[in-house]
Amino acid sequence: MKLKPPSPMELLDRVRDTEVWKSVFRPGSIFRKGYKDTSRDRSLAMMNNVLFHLHPVKVKRHGLKLTYTFCLGGISFFLFIILTITGIFLMFFYRPAADLGGATAYADMQRISTTVFFGDLVRNIHRWGAHLMVLSVTLHMGRVFYTGAYKPPREFNWVVGVLLLFLTLGLSFTGYLLPWDQLSIWAVTVGTSLGGYVPLIAKQTQFLLLGGVNVGPNTLLRWYVLHVLALPFVLVIFLAVHFWRIRKDGGISGPL
Amino acid sequence: MPRDESEIDKETFDRVLAEELGKGTSQRVAEGRARSAAIKAFRAAHGEPGPKPPKARPEGAVPAAGGNGAGGNGAGAPAPVPVGVGASVGGGTPTGPAPTLLAPGPTGRVPAPKAGQADKHRLLALVAPEGVQRVEREQGDRVNTFPHLMVQEFVALLVVSAGLVIFSIFVNAPLRELANPNLTPNPSKAPWYFLALQELLRYFHPTVAGVMIPTFILVGLALVPYVDRNPATKPGDRKLAITLFTMLFMFGAVLTIIGCFFRGPGFNWVWPWSQGLFFEL
Repeated sequence: MKLKPPSPMELLDRVRDTEVWKSVFRPGSIFRKGYKDTSRDRSLAMMNNVLFHLHPVKVKRHGLKLTYTFCLGGISFFLFIILTITGIFLMFFYRPAADLGGATAYADMQRISTTVFFGDLVRNIHRWGAHLMVLSVTLHMGRVFYTGAYKPPREFNWVVGVLLLFLTLGLSFTGYLLPWDQLSIWAVTVGTSLGGYVPLIAKQTQFLLLGGVNVGPNTLLRWYVLHVLALPFVLVIFLAVHFWRIRKDGGISGPL
Repeated sequence: MPRDESEIDKETFDRVLAEELGKGTSQRVAEGRARSAAIKAFRAAHGEPGPKPPKARPEGAVPAAGGNGAGGNGAGAPAPVPVGVGASVGGGTPTGPAPTLLAPGPTGRVPAPKAGQADKHRLLALVAPEGVQRVEREQGDRVNTFPHLMVQEFVALLVVSAGLVIFSIFVNAPLRELANPNLTPNPSKAPWYFLALQELLRYFHPTVAGVMIPTFILVGLALVPYVDRNPATKPGDRKLAITLFTMLFMFGAVLTIIGCFFRGPGFNWVWPWSQGLFFEL
């Protein structure tokens, strides 16, 4: 009798039968052996996955219609993930220093565009993704307004959403300074000069924002920390509240 | 119980399936109906399998509302809530305004402690009816998130990633010469999303255009749900809200477009097709 070697599919089946495999993929995972296309396994697929379980097991059918949500909230969140990943990559090559005429930050930018492997592409994705995120968050707000999705019981989630829009603008604006080229410092100079007109605390506001009276090395460091740590930290907290409230307020709004 | 484990009457299944398909029902629905009929037929012939929870229920117990829409959350009848063991707790009569869910009455069958062991009993939980957060919502027309919504989201994710990567391959992000605080470029523009404000600066005092209007818009937006108390969601029933919001949105969009494309050196008006673009992202 000749022993036939197992086919790849048989091999895969055997691997999927091991204790290790079963310990990784919880019941309901489509990668687990014996997944059946039943209501039960479809439900378990949602419940037993750490990422999927942000969603409920079932959603209203009308919410699937592309012209209801245009996927804008999801796209905004996805862009935030992309920006986090590309941003972490860029952080390996960027130093937020511009002291004493030695513009380290600008030199690092040039190195990212020229010598870092895929540096240019990742920077482009980060920049265009950021602009796209401002756009998608704004449009998301428009969608929520036009579908009346801010009405009770979702009032507070709208407020959280406005805060998230504000934080998105803040993230984009603080990131705008980091290349430390003519475009960025003058855009930021123009933008922050408005801080000098805040009633009563004009000087203090501007000093707080800039770390000085002009956009300078202190501003760069300050905005870098805001951009890579402080604002994302706050944003993630409010993002969690935003998603949690969607579930608690009864899922997607509508139908119209 | 996975439905595949139920035994079915094959004959009925084939007959009903053929009937339903003949009526033009879709394959999936037809199979479901045929299976349902076949299971009923099988049970009629062979009797109910397993325990019969509805009839064995003690008097006074109303079947709890089945699940909360989670679907497939294990099989079997919902476990009765233990309201105290024996009559030792609170008289045993439920208080509060006419509860719809009643726990089964005490069975009287308190387990006797094993000989030679200490007399112990456990109280699992005592929940006053008003302490329970009841979630009431109708089931409505719902579909499984997996795969229906997940597939859509996955496609959206792919489209955005592909678009972004392809765009980023061909279009480089701008990087001008090194920052020079002593050399102001003309024009100097804020990032595009602030250009509406910069445009407003041409018409109002900076305190108004740069501080009061943005604050007003941001606070106003946050207050929208508390100001607009009209419960309607149909566009036809909320004309005022939609008009105002659209005006604000358009106002912002037009100012932004002007600021982006129609402002040149000195932030003066230019025609982009004749004098060129003075705009960088």
